[in-house]
Amino acid sequence: MRVPLSWLREYVDLPATETGRDVQAKLISAGLEVETVEQLGADLKGPLVVGQVLTIEELEGFKKPIRFCTVDVGQANGTGEPQEIVCGARNFSVGDKVVVVLPGGVLPGGFEISSRKTYGRMSHGMICSSEELGMGDDGGHGIIVLPPEHEVGTDAIELLQLVDEVLDIAVTPDRGYCLSMRGVAREAAIAYGRPLLDPALLDVPAPNAFGHPVQIADPHGCDRFTARTVTGIDPEARTPIWMRRRLQKAGMRPISLPVDITNYVMLEMGQPLHAYDRTRIQGAIGVRRAERGEKLTTLDGVTRELSAEDLVITDERGPIGLAGVMGGAHTEIDDSEGTTTEVVIEAAHFDPVSVARTARRHKLSSEASRRFERGVDPQAASAAAQRCVDLLVLLAGGTAEAGVTEVVAPSAPRTITIPADHPDKVAGVTYGRETVVRRLQQIGCDVYGQDELIVTVPSWRPDLTDPNDLAEEVIRLEGYENLPSRLPRPLPGRGLTDRQRLHRRVGRALAGAGYVEAPTYPFLGQAVLDQLGLEADDPRRTVVTLVNPLSDEEPGLRTTLLPGLLGALRRNDGRGSHDLALFETGSVFLPTGAEQTAERLPVDRRPTDEQLAALDAALPDQPRRAAVVLAGAREQTGWWGKGRPSDWADAIEAARLVAREAGVDLTVRADQYAPWHPGRCAALYAEVDGTETLVGHAGELHPRVVKAMHLPERTCAMEVDLDLLERAGQGLVRAPRISTFPVATQDVALVVDRSVPAADVEAALREGAGDLLESIRLFDLYENAEQLGEGRRSLAYALRFRAPDRTLTVDEASAARDAAVALAAERTGAVLRG
Amino acid sequence: MSAPNKSYDPVEVEALKPEEIERMRDEALAAFAAATSLDALHEAKVAHTGPASPLALANREIGALPPHARAEAGKRVGMARGAVNKALAARQAELEAERDARVLVEEAVDVTLPYDRVPAGARHPLTTMMERVADVFVAMGYEIAEGPEAEAEWFNFDALNIAPDHPARTMQDTFFVQGGKGEDSGVVLRTHTSPVQARTLLERKPPVYVVCPGRVYRTDELDATHTPVFHQIELLAVDEGLTMADLKGTLDHMVQSLFGPDMKTRLRPNYFPFTEPSAEMDMLCYVCRGASVGDPDRPCRTCSSEGWIELGGCGMVNPRVLTACGVDPEKYSGFAFGFGIERMLMFRHNVEDMRDMVEGDVRFTRPFGMEI
Repeated sequence: MRVPLSWLREYVDLPATETGRDVQAKLISAGLEVETVEQLGADLKGPLVVGQVLTIEELEGFKKPIRFCTVDVGQANGTGEPQEIVCGARNFSVGDKVVVVLPGGVLPGGFEISSRKTYGRMSHGMICSSEELGMGDDGGHGIIVLPPEHEVGTDAIELLQLVDEVLDIAVTPDRGYCLSMRGVAREAAIAYGRPLLDPALLDVPAPNAFGHPVQIADPHGCDRFTARTVTGIDPEARTPIWMRRRLQKAGMRPISLPVDITNYVMLEMGQPLHAYDRTRIQGAIGVRRAERGEKLTTLDGVTRELSAEDLVITDERGPIGLAGVMGGAHTEIDDSEGTTTEVVIEAAHFDPVSVARTARRHKLSSEASRRFERGVDPQAASAAAQRCVDLLVLLAGGTAEAGVTEVVAPSAPRTITIPADHPDKVAGVTYGRETVVRRLQQIGCDVYGQDELIVTVPSWRPDLTDPNDLAEEVIRLEGYENLPSRLPRPLPGRGLTDRQRLHRRVGRALAGAGYVEAPTYPFLGQAVLDQLGLEADDPRRTVVTLVNPLSDEEPGLRTTLLPGLLGALRRNDGRGSHDLALFETGSVFLPTGAEQTAERLPVDRRPTDEQLAALDAALPDQPRRAAVVLAGAREQTGWWGKGRPSDWADAIEAARLVAREAGVDLTVRADQYAPWHPGRCAALYAEVDGTETLVGHAGELHPRVVKAMHLPERTCAMEVDLDLLERAGQGLVRAPRISTFPVATQDVALVVDRSVPAADVEAALREGAGDLLESIRLFDLYENAEQLGEGRRSLAYALRFRAPDRTLTVDEASAARDAAVALAAERTGAVLRG
Repeated sequence: MSAPNKSYDPVEVEALKPEEIERMRDEALAAFAAATSLDALHEAKVAHTGPASPLALANREIGALPPHARAEAGKRVGMARGAVNKALAARQAELEAERDARVLVEEAVDVTLPYDRVPAGARHPLTTMMERVADVFVAMGYEIAEGPEAEAEWFNFDALNIAPDHPARTMQDTFFVQGGKGEDSGVVLRTHTSPVQARTLLERKPPVYVVCPGRVYRTDELDATHTPVFHQIELLAVDEGLTMADLKGTLDHMVQSLFGPDMKTRLRPNYFPFTEPSAEMDMLCYVCRGASVGDPDRPCRTCSSEGWIELGGCGMVNPRVLTACGVDPEKYSGFAFGFGIERMLMFRHNVEDMRDMVEGDVRFTRPFGMEI
């Protein structure tokens, strides 16, 4: 809502010295979001005067038509001589009254006017358009041609009300009444403690049977309809400058006098109005729900198929308007031909929900629908119609017909009962009953009672329904800025949960290992799943899909973190960072296949546990994952020696790192799983609730994936399920017993087939070595076909033995080693290397 | 002990004459002083203190002296040997120090060499900012509550007093999840962290003091100031007798914890369906502390010389929300607030473009390290 300060002053006697910024501060503190204060004409400087065109000489030989004019500006130029001005506009004739800025004047934007030579003539000033004067859209082109009654030499800054301040207010959904001058003025009046001159306080004739007939078939959708008729309108009558200027400042475009009047009254009172050309209506005006298949061409020229839920205005032939949203083109007032001389004014009240649904269904938000959705004062309808009639009589020379139609569905005023100290209890401040009552009366409530207040809320505040609504009114008017600051004492908490700790720890551990966190968007499309090389029946292709995705290419939600993370990797690579290690932790969205529609449960009581369980069952599984991607060098080359490219082992180590934070030892096995390289892919297992469970994969990506996704060569990746790892966590660590007896170290080198996983060899050694084994470590891996045979490799292990209660003899250690080697030989065919 | 001297030979005691012992001593001292290396000193040591050295030999002769002369001769030799050993030790220490100094100098390195063998990692500032804010409240006794990002509409809207046709429901442009066979799924990507309020109230009995950080979604295209995926942190306190004064105090405490002890907040009336009364919360501009207001010579970029920075929304939990969650609004009241982490990061750390926070460029994230 744009509120010109000069207009606001008409309803509230604001102190003369108050600036727009002052009023802004007051209104903000009262709860109106005044976003900006626009300074109109702030840098405008005269002389800017009314002139009359005396002569026009068309200049030839230029690319566009140019006129050399003489203009009578009276004594404004000090001489009374005609002012010579070159002008490029053509929409004026000799004798027209125009607006002239003389040399020395400054137009908005700091445009200084001086005498200058142009198109071969001296030009002493400029004939102005509304755009050049910063007046806003007037729908016309070219310079301003004023009505003939204005005298030459008159100051046009005053005449056109060019200097003003406009408050731009973002009206919240609960304050529909502030979509009007009346509503904003009410708040300003309270804020300044001045009386409100309510524009809706008009004498309105009583309804009678002679008005235009109106039939309401749906009194719930339309509980009030006022119709008034004005005849004998002068089609030549123009909207006066003051009204045009107010409309422009409020952000509306002047159109024609009858339409301008309905818009003006809507801005003034908040009541949307519609003016029908009476000659185009046939029979009674009706209000009903549309019938399926009915069509209506609205004022914006769009033909709309109506829904059975749309509330429509009709005449005998069918719909003539979408109630509360937009009128129909057929019964529109003719503003181009100017043939309308009789109008029927509609001032009605429609159900906010119905209007909101219709506006949304037809994607048609109008000044009217915005107001009806947020609540219009039903009691102001007849006053608004009266104001319209008065203005049509006054400005358009019309005659008000005596007939007054008013169809009103009976309704009782709403009351709310609150303890008188309720606002005190909400605010934590003692206001006292007197203050509470006074504040509620200020906003228009009727208040009765002592300890219990019975509050009747005003018709323009449909938002006031609950005790807390009234508390807010009192508190905001007493000033939020006056609320004390007090710190409550919560019960002692238990800190973070294990799960929350784990998530933080994983992030720190990965960052400590050189990974940079990159949270990415969860949107994806099938294209990227193709690039990942997923089989047609891969469950990761079954995604949660959005009805209204930002991009039709990416309508799904991720089932894996990798697409987003690989995208970030590629972006970094493209920007010149080539040695990359990125990580992300976040949810994936896995359809369960069993989702039913999540019901709209009631809100007037707690849903049952079954209902809540059904809601949760309607959601996809959303486990939390951790993933890393790597490319380029893991260790840099430098003065210390050669660097090392990142590889599959780094990816698996990242998984182990994450698992360690969860207190889990991963079991690693070779696997073939997209998008990984079939020979360099590890499946990662952990014991979850007593069962060995797949928790993720790691390794180098498939070369085809690398190519399809334009990734750096040998990009590696890992993804694990953090929720599973948390469940697999071992809980409390049991402190080990530390033996202080000496260690006995034995090294063994075993030759095995390349196909034998090192993990199997180590497991056999461990088991065979028995309890004396303290630790085992693979310290060398060696392949040499000549020495070891084709397809064979040597694994060298350091075994450390120690007893808890004695120093081991060499024989004891050797016996344990031999047992280890023997079991490895039996299980894996390992041969001790000589 | 030697046997009593029976065959006295004056020639043999020549070595014990005082001037002779002095000579031996001086030769030894000179030899040590002349040794310029530890090896040379070792040779001198053998020559002058070893078993075959003149002083050692002289010492052996003492037994040959008549008993009355032994004490004096012994004293003389002993003093000489003491002086020699002392000089030796001193020279030894001197030469070792010289050697050490030389070797350590040789071992010196250029400690200014750069080292970036494994470049540092970092956590994303959005993550650490959320943790930091949450920790302010965890320290006060609040717990952290979480909820799903794909959320039932009932939790995201209805339970929060946002009715199906409420204008607020169109204010937030929501991602809707497709249902099976063209059906309405009743599921959305949560548009705020507030559904966690409802979940918490349904799961726990009051008193409830929780913070809910998390990711939320709205259908805004990514540009310098908007992102469809962003982060919020929400606070909820429900207890007996909580008031707006408690809300104000909690907000003040938060901004003081995050921005300094002299910080404060300002509440402005606003509208949210899930709180009543509702307020917009501003914090004092932590850069200019309000000094830039009305002072064109000292403009403040952080607050656009407004003196205040808009932080987010807050209010008293609407009793209708309590009712929908099975909490008796006659007995309990509560307050809640929420704000965007991106916004806080932007003004706290001078991030100029929203895109920097969502693109995952390592050059943006690295400087933020592990904590914020």
